[in-house]
Amino acid sequence: MPNPTRIEVNCTTGEVLEIELTDAEVAELAAQAELAAAQKLEDEAAAATRATAKAALLERLGMTADEAALLLG
Amino acid sequence: MPTYTQIGSAITVGSGGSSSVEFTSIPSTYTDLVVVGSSRSSTGDVSLLYRLNATTSGYTGKYLGGTGSAAESGNLTTLTAGAGGTWGRVGNAGNDSSSATSSTFSNWQMYLPNYANSSNKSLSFDSVVENNATTAYAEFDALLWSNTAAITSIGFAISGSGSFVQYSTFYLYGVSNA
Repeated sequence: MPNPTRIEVNCTTGEVLEIELTDAEVAELAAQAELAAAQKLEDEAAAATRATAKAALLERLGMTADEAALLLG
Repeated sequence: MPTYTQIGSAITVGSGGSSSVEFTSIPSTYTDLVVVGSSRSSTGDVSLLYRLNATTSGYTGKYLGGTGSAAESGNLTTLTAGAGGTWGRVGNAGNDSSSATSSTFSNWQMYLPNYANSSNKSLSFDSVVENNATTAYAEFDALLWSNTAAITSIGFAISGSGSFVQYSTFYLYGVSNA
């Protein structure tokens, strides 16, 4: 199976190149995909933690999210 | 009256997909640049990424978007791409994912004013995700590339392990102020 490609257009000459990625680039691609997936999980966990903390704070204050928005807006 | 001139060749992604696309050797003879795209990701990764002059730093921005039922906003910096390395983040989303309605594509436009001058470059971007379902995404973004070099190349990729699927298209135009 051929490696994935990238496309490059030279705007001065009009040449269009479809360049097959090297094995090293394919390996880099896989590594970057793993990093991106890990970062995505980290971001989602941080967002969930923040949402939980916000809900707990509102509960302690006895306010709804709409009331908090009204107060801060 | 401003005129639009297509620069280089249009890019249409072939059957094997493409991890990235790039317009290179862009002449400095126009006032502004516009890139018009229609794209879809091969995976669930939907963030459109960009590189100017193949540079991996200096990218910041803000997005304002909506899902059809909720509004979203936030900051944009950089992300890693399946295409390799660090890229500037064009938007929170920007691409149809592989789970969007079959054969639909997001449509978007990037405007790059005064691309050849010696100041930092402020850009704008807008996109709509096509999806025949309850949730679809539209957004507007204000982007800044903190670099004073004239822009001579523009590349695009997708975050994570995504690549552009067949029939994704990209057109570059130069805008001249007559």
